[in-house]
Amino acid sequence: MDNLVWIFISSLLINNFVLAYFLGLCPFLGVSNSLETSFRLGLATIFVLLITALCSWFLNTYVLIYAPYLRLISFIVVIASTVQFIEMLIKKLSPALFRAMGIFLPLITTNCAILGLAIFATNRGYGLIEGIVFALGAGIGFTLAMVLLAGLREESELSDIPKLIQGIAMNLIIAGILSMAFMGFAGLFSAV
Amino acid sequence: MSEDKTPDAPAVSSTRLVLTLALAGLISGVAIIGIYEATLPTITINKARELREAVFKVVPGVTRMQKLVYKNGELVSTTETEKDEEPIYGGYDDEGGFIGYAIPGAGPGFQDVIGLLYGYKPDQKLVIGMEILESRETPGLGDKIYKDAEFVANFKELSVEPEIVTVKKGQKSEPNEVDIITGASISSKAVVRIINETHTVWSTRLPQPGSEPLMTESEKTVDEAK
Amino acid sequence: MAENQNESYETFFRGIWRDNPVFVQVLGMCPMLAVTNSAINAVAMGMATLFVLVGSSFLVSSFKQWIPKQVRISAFIIIIATFVTVADYTLLALVPKVHKELGAFIPLIVANCMILGRQEAFASRNTVRLAVLDAMGMAGGFMVALFSLGAIREILGNGSLFGVDLFGEHFEPWVIMILPPGGFLTLGLILLFFNWVTQQKDKFIEQVAEAERVASDG
Repeated sequence: MDNLVWIFISSLLINNFVLAYFLGLCPFLGVSNSLETSFRLGLATIFVLLITALCSWFLNTYVLIYAPYLRLISFIVVIASTVQFIEMLIKKLSPALFRAMGIFLPLITTNCAILGLAIFATNRGYGLIEGIVFALGAGIGFTLAMVLLAGLREESELSDIPKLIQGIAMNLIIAGILSMAFMGFAGLFSAV
Repeated sequence: MSEDKTPDAPAVSSTRLVLTLALAGLISGVAIIGIYEATLPTITINKARELREAVFKVVPGVTRMQKLVYKNGELVSTTETEKDEEPIYGGYDDEGGFIGYAIPGAGPGFQDVIGLLYGYKPDQKLVIGMEILESRETPGLGDKIYKDAEFVANFKELSVEPEIVTVKKGQKSEPNEVDIITGASISSKAVVRIINETHTVWSTRLPQPGSEPLMTESEKTVDEAK
Repeated sequence: MAENQNESYETFFRGIWRDNPVFVQVLGMCPMLAVTNSAINAVAMGMATLFVLVGSSFLVSSFKQWIPKQVRISAFIIIIATFVTVADYTLLALVPKVHKELGAFIPLIVANCMILGRQEAFASRNTVRLAVLDAMGMAGGFMVALFSLGAIREILGNGSLFGVDLFGEHFEPWVIMILPPGGFLTLGLILLFFNWVTQQKDKFIEQVAEAERVASDG
C-alpha cells in the first residue's frame, strides 16, 4: 500500500512527467494556449496512459519474457493499434465524447509520454496495479502541468510583453519556473 | 514522386499493403535478433562484473560469491533467474568459508527511488559495508550519500541491534548510530530506513549463524571461468 | 555538376544552421532537455540520433518505390524502431555507464518527431544521396544543439566539461542548471538569443534597404 501511494505521489508531483522527465513536451508547449483545451487534452492523455499501462503489462507478462528484444517495436505497434481501435469504438458509441476528446487521440499516441510510461513501468518491474496507479499519477500530473501553464499563458496574453520574448522562449522559461516550484515537492514522501 | 502532390494515392491491393508491412517486419525482426544475439554475451558479462564488484566492495575480503534465494522456508543457492525473485548474495573466501551476505534493498529517497546493496555479517549482527547502486538525489547535496566518504564509513561497522538510528553529525557514540549529512538529512535518513526495513524482512529468513549455505562446486567453476 | 554540388552542400548545411531542428524548428525537445545535464551524455545521445536518422533515411530513400503510400508511416516507424533497438543494445554492450545515465531516453529516440518528420518530408521524395546528406545535416544540427546545451549546463552546474574540472576548488556550482529547471531555462534563453539575432538581422536588412533608397534618391 505504501508503495502504491509512493508511486502515485512520485509520478504526480515529485517526478512529474513534464516538469522533471520532459516527457510530452510537444503538446505541453504546443496546445497549452487555452485552459479549456489543455484540460480536455489532459483527460484524453490520462485515458491513453491507462490503456498503455494495460497493454504494456500484458505484453510484459505474456510476450516479452520470451522475446525481450521485441520490446520497443511491440510497444509501439500494440499501443498505437489499441488506441486507434478504441477511437473507432468511441466514435460509434458516443459521438459527443468523440468530439470532446477524440480529436486528440492520434496526437497523443505519437507522444513520448506514452512510450515513456511503458518503458519506465517495464524498467521498474511494475505489476498490473502498480502500472495503473503509475499511469493515473503520471496522467494527472501531466494535466496539472498543462493546466498551470495554460492558465499562465492566458494571463500573459493580456499583459504587455516585449515581442522578442513572446512564443516558445517565454513558455520554456515559464516551464522552468514551474519546474523549480515542483522541486519543492521532493522529500514529501520520505520526510515523514 | 509525382503522386505526392495528388491527394488520392494510387490504388494498391490490400494484399500488397499487408505484404509490404510483413516483409518490413520480417527484415526488422531479423536485424533485431541479430544485434541481440551479438551483444548479449557482452551485456551479460558486464552486468555480472558490475554485481561482483559491488558485492566484493560491501563484503570486504570476499573472493567468491553465489546467488541465494529464499525458497520454501530456507535459503538455497541457485544459478537460475526467476520472475519476481529477491536474490541476496553469499560471499566466501578462497577455501569456501562463509564471510557475509550482500543484501540489496530499495525505497523512496528525496527525489526518486534509492537502490542500494549492503554487506551483513550475521554472527556479529553487523552491517559491514554499503554501496548505492541507483539514485537520482540532488547533485551536491543528496548525492553525498555515496560521494561523502565520511558518511559511507558509518556503514563499515554498524550494529543493527536493536535498529540503526540517525544522530546529528559528530554525535555518533553507540555502535548502532549513523551521523547524518548536514543539508541532506532526508537522503541519509532514507538510506538508514531502507537498510532497517530490508533487515527486518531478511533477519527472519537468514539461517542460524554457522549454518549458512555452502559454496557449491558448480558455482565455483563458473566463477573461475569468468 | 556545379549546381549539383551546390545542392548537396546546401542540403547538408541547412540542417546545421538555418533549419536547425532544435533552435529553429523546435523539434525533438524531449531527449534534448532530459539528457543534456552533461556534455558526454549529450554527445552520446547525439551519436545515437545520428545513427538512427542516417540509417532510416538511407533505407527509406532506397526503398521508396516499394513502400505503398497508405502504409508508409507504419513502415517508417518499423524502420526507425529497428535502428533504435540496434543503437540501444550497442550502447548497452559498449558503454554500459552512459547507457545507465541515458536510461529510458534511448528507446524514446523513436518518439523524436524530427526523425519521422525527415522521412516523411525529405527521404521519401529524394535520392539516396540527398537523403543521407540531409539526415547528416539535420542530425549534425541536433548534435550541435545537444552539445551546446549540455556544455552550458555542465559548465555552470558542475564546473566541469566532459568531467574535467574547469574552475578549481573555489567555484560554487549552480546545481539548478543540471536539474530539470536548468534545462527549461537554458533552452528558453538560447531561443531568446536566436530571436534576438533574427530581429537584429531584420533590422540590419531594413537599414540597408533604407540606405539604398536614400542613396538612389540622392
